[in-house]
Amino acid sequence: MSTTVTAERVEQVVYQALESFGADPSEFSREATFEQLDVDSLDLAELSQIAEEEFGVPLKGDDVKGIRTVGDAIDLIVSRA
Amino acid sequence: MTRPDDAVILVTGGSRGIGAACARALADDGWAVALTYRTSPDGAARTVHDIEGAGGRATALELDVTDAGAIGAAVEAAGATLGGPVVGLVNNAGVRADDLAVSLDDDAWDVVLDTNLTAAFRLTRQALRGMVRARFGRIVNVASVVGPRANAGQANYAAAKSGLIGFTRTAATEVARRGVTINAVAPGFITTDMTAGILQNGALEAIPARRAGEPDEVAACVRFLASDGAGYVTGTTLFVDGGLSA
Repeated sequence: MSTTVTAERVEQVVYQALESFGADPSEFSREATFEQLDVDSLDLAELSQIAEEEFGVPLKGDDVKGIRTVGDAIDLIVSRA
Repeated sequence: MTRPDDAVILVTGGSRGIGAACARALADDGWAVALTYRTSPDGAARTVHDIEGAGGRATALELDVTDAGAIGAAVEAAGATLGGPVVGLVNNAGVRADDLAVSLDDDAWDVVLDTNLTAAFRLTRQALRGMVRARFGRIVNVASVVGPRANAGQANYAAAKSGLIGFTRTAATEVARRGVTINAVAPGFITTDMTAGILQNGALEAIPARRAGEPDEVAACVRFLASDGAGYVTGTTLFVDGGLSA
């Protein structure tokens, strides 16, 4: 289920997920906010699910409520892996 | 988006009545059907047999829908047994425990809310995980004309079914852009075990159609709402009641 979890791999998976949600890859950066990318709570719920499937990291609702930027999401997943 | 190949639909309470009719109709429409039962294994087996005899695919799973811990395993088993993604769900399992509000005890309230409403929420939460990722889903909640319409002696049932309609509306808006639709059907008086003994002459006169409905008539509506053709129908309730609530 979980492979070697590197920040690079997590970033790759997060970016792929964001693109699948319709976000514009040209705007991706660690500093980009989900609001800027038009990524909403449904997208973040799905991102949580992807994190669990890819890295075995279960994220609950409270975990996700505090994240604002792409970097926040990457760091959260890496820290829980 | 169209239904994926080998799509599986889970129908709770599929051993008899409306659930069994839904299972047959959905299988006829090409779904692989996993139907659940709690107390009627023979009825469940008969329904599976009927479906397979008609060339469809089905399996029966024992499930107490009020067992929160069993929901995840049931959805997983449905997909694993039938070999396809669980992208359909019919929340049909229901019970009644009638009494006037002034006399209704806590157990009668709890069992009806747990079975008819909370179970539907838990199953929906679980099934949505796969549906959202698949970018396709069809959820149909079997509500009732009771709830939107009063029926003395069924305040608990009315609360659960009204709650189910409210849940349907909001949950539907949350996932609509993922190609997942969530709708309800609201049957009136349908000839099943649940209504045996309830239908008397007085009740029939209140129904514009002057007759009870048949399970197959509700199943036809569920079949439509679960179909590819109903992809732009979501958050709504289709009343199947012979005009009772009109």
